Amino acid sequence: MLGKTAGGLYWMFRGLERAENNARLIEAGFRIALTRSTNTETEWKSVIVTSAAQQGFTAKHSEFNSTNVIDYLLRDTDNPSSVLSVVKQARDNARLVRTALTTEVWSAVNETWMLITELLKNPVPDTDLPEVLSIIRQQSALVRGALHGTMLRNDIYDFCRLGTFIERMDSTARIIDVKYYTLLPSPSLVGSRMDNVQWETLLRSVSAHRSYRWAVEEDYTATNIANFLVLDRRMPRSLAFCAGQIVENLDYLAEEYCDRRPSHDMADRLAARLKGRDIHSIIEEGLHDVLGTIISDVAALGAQIEKDYRFNY
Amino acid sequence: MTSQSQHFSEMMGQDNVRTPYVDYNAWFSRQDTARLSRKAQEAEAFFRRTGITFNVYGQADAEERLIPFDLVPRILTSAEWAKLSRGIDQRVRAVNAFLHDIYNRQEILRAGVVPIELIQNNDAFLPQMIGFTPPGDVYTHIVGTDIVCTGEGEFFVLEDNARTPSGVSYMLENRETMLQMFPELFSKIKVQPVSDYPKNLRRSLAACAPSSCEGRPTVAVLTPGIHNSAYYEHSFLADQMGVELVEGHDLRIVDGRIAMRTTQGHKVIDVIYRRIDDDFLDPLTFNPDSLLGVPGIMDVYRAGNITIANAPGTGVADDKAIYSYMPDIVEFYTGERAILKNVETYRCSEADSLKYVLDNLADLVVKEVHGSGGYGMLVGPAASKQELADFAAKLKARPSNYIAQPTLSLSTVPIFTDAGLAPRHVDLRPFALVSPEGVNITPGGLTRVALKEGSLVVNSSQGGGTKDTWVLED
Repeated sequence: MLGKTAGGLYWMFRGLERAENNARLIEAGFRIALTRSTNTETEWKSVIVTSAAQQGFTAKHSEFNSTNVIDYLLRDTDNPSSVLSVVKQARDNARLVRTALTTEVWSAVNETWMLITELLKNPVPDTDLPEVLSIIRQQSALVRGALHGTMLRNDIYDFCRLGTFIERMDSTARIIDVKYYTLLPSPSLVGSRMDNVQWETLLRSVSAHRSYRWAVEEDYTATNIANFLVLDRRMPRSLAFCAGQIVENLDYLAEEYCDRRPSHDMADRLAARLKGRDIHSIIEEGLHDVLGTIISDVAALGAQIEKDYRFNY
Repeated sequence: MTSQSQHFSEMMGQDNVRTPYVDYNAWFSRQDTARLSRKAQEAEAFFRRTGITFNVYGQADAEERLIPFDLVPRILTSAEWAKLSRGIDQRVRAVNAFLHDIYNRQEILRAGVVPIELIQNNDAFLPQMIGFTPPGDVYTHIVGTDIVCTGEGEFFVLEDNARTPSGVSYMLENRETMLQMFPELFSKIKVQPVSDYPKNLRRSLAACAPSSCEGRPTVAVLTPGIHNSAYYEHSFLADQMGVELVEGHDLRIVDGRIAMRTTQGHKVIDVIYRRIDDDFLDPLTFNPDSLLGVPGIMDVYRAGNITIANAPGTGVADDKAIYSYMPDIVEFYTGERAILKNVETYRCSEADSLKYVLDNLADLVVKEVHGSGGYGMLVGPAASKQELADFAAKLKARPSNYIAQPTLSLSTVPIFTDAGLAPRHVDLRPFALVSPEGVNITPGGLTRVALKEGSLVVNSSQGGGTKDTWVLED
């Protein structure tokens, strides 16, 4: 496979994952803004920070209100991570790697791009927002379904999956990091209504508010939620799950190519950091610091994969 | 529909439906037009979803456009096709022989059949190719001869397109679309298949591999990238052949061979089907600003370590002044008379012809000798007085830059409109593959149709559409 093709597949799926994550972040933020009459500014700001868009946003807007934030994350083409930008980028990458995709996957991406470009042509009024966000997530699911159902399990598939999980791991780590203070045990806040709303938002940003109840069967507590999102391998957006998937897909590549590269060791180390750990010890070590290290390690791993498989040179 | 116009209708004869269309007409007359309209819309949605689009040059961030597809097929009998394909076969062999000759001994110039000025003053003539014979002695591997019809059995070659003909993906997708929309038609009417083209293309390219190639030749398609107007076709052909689609920056020279960067290191390529122009092929030899090509590829080529299809410098044969000599060229190399006729052509470089052209400008089509895609030409009967005067001035300033042809009475084939069938002018571009194994011509080709009533311009860049082209089985 061409290095360029591997890169195109990887970035195509990073883009699709990012579109979906953005839609979820907006949904969680929108919900909290609806249920609260005052002080939504902090909430919207944390949404922007989580999507790593603070610099670009403040260059254009002075106020973190719902209109500005939603438009910036959904439609603004000056924002390279807006849904519109990443879907366009994913589709451009799909055209670039057209020969590596099945007709089903290609049509799903192309259709997603046509549909979302049309949906986001004008600012989205609040009344339409839930539907638009749901369509974005559905389209992402459509592409993923086509990938699972029609693609050969070979190196092409592995690069798609690597893009997905590198992006997802980065996103989950940022989401926890921005809200990590709400997860810190603080006797004065425990059990307050404030906690519950914050925690639910956090779970909603990773589509886990229901699965949490099923999987954990306990009330919201800081350590339970932290454990669920960081270490629980049943949870498909947890850090441990993402790390496991990255290692698995890299291992398939090593097997197919009969060759291990530096990225393999990096991924193993990243996964080992989370394996067999206890959430209490992580909180003791300092959740914010641990997450900060993970975010930079994931970025470094992504860069190493690009190098090992000659995406660019 | 009437057949009163002076143009030859391929479907409606003088009194009744022409033979090749009898079965189709019987089927069509039983169809519900509302259903057909729906089908036409479905086809358009299918083309969009599949991304069968082209980009328009010169429009920043232009939207991708569809080439409109018309659901009425253009139908040829096997006898008509037999004559056409014999003629094309003869013509592409002659073009290859001509290219070999002008880059080597130049017998045809010495014999005075073609004037030397036409070669000397030709930008497409590449001195780098002099004295070099490409692997398999093939210059133009893929040819898309443009043919028009003016009456029963009256076929003329309009252009040879020896350089980089495009449109073959539409030939294949149009058939695929017809098969999906109207499967019942194909069980009633036996149509010669076109779907072997990608397999034949790969085989034909592989058969031209350089002698340095060991084992099964590695073929790749070289594209300028996703912003090129024909990118869809490039990716389609690579996909259908099962070969890599590469850009210049994927390639480099490794141990004197061209190699592509893969996830597992560099892999040697033996045959490049390039869809970029000569000028951009090698910044070290041609346009130094080109980022699309591969620095040094011409050296590798001349060392016999890569096959480039079509060969650099084949554009000479597309020159419209050379075209006017094509019947002589065919006779010179094959010893036979040309089976397919040329359209009568006035070379404005010749004083008598120039005078005639200027006197009759309103009745003629005037073309730039190096032009293509329908740009830079004058359609006399459709031009205003002012346009005629402006063009006359251009002609006088640079006569040798132009040739003129009578306005042809192009045949028509009906298209489907909401008001029923309506005649429109068509041309035909069959695709021929050339290798040491021989010439392979896919039955049919791409039929382009001028969608505007009365229009003679079929180019997709100027509002033309396409049709599926059927060659009936015997």
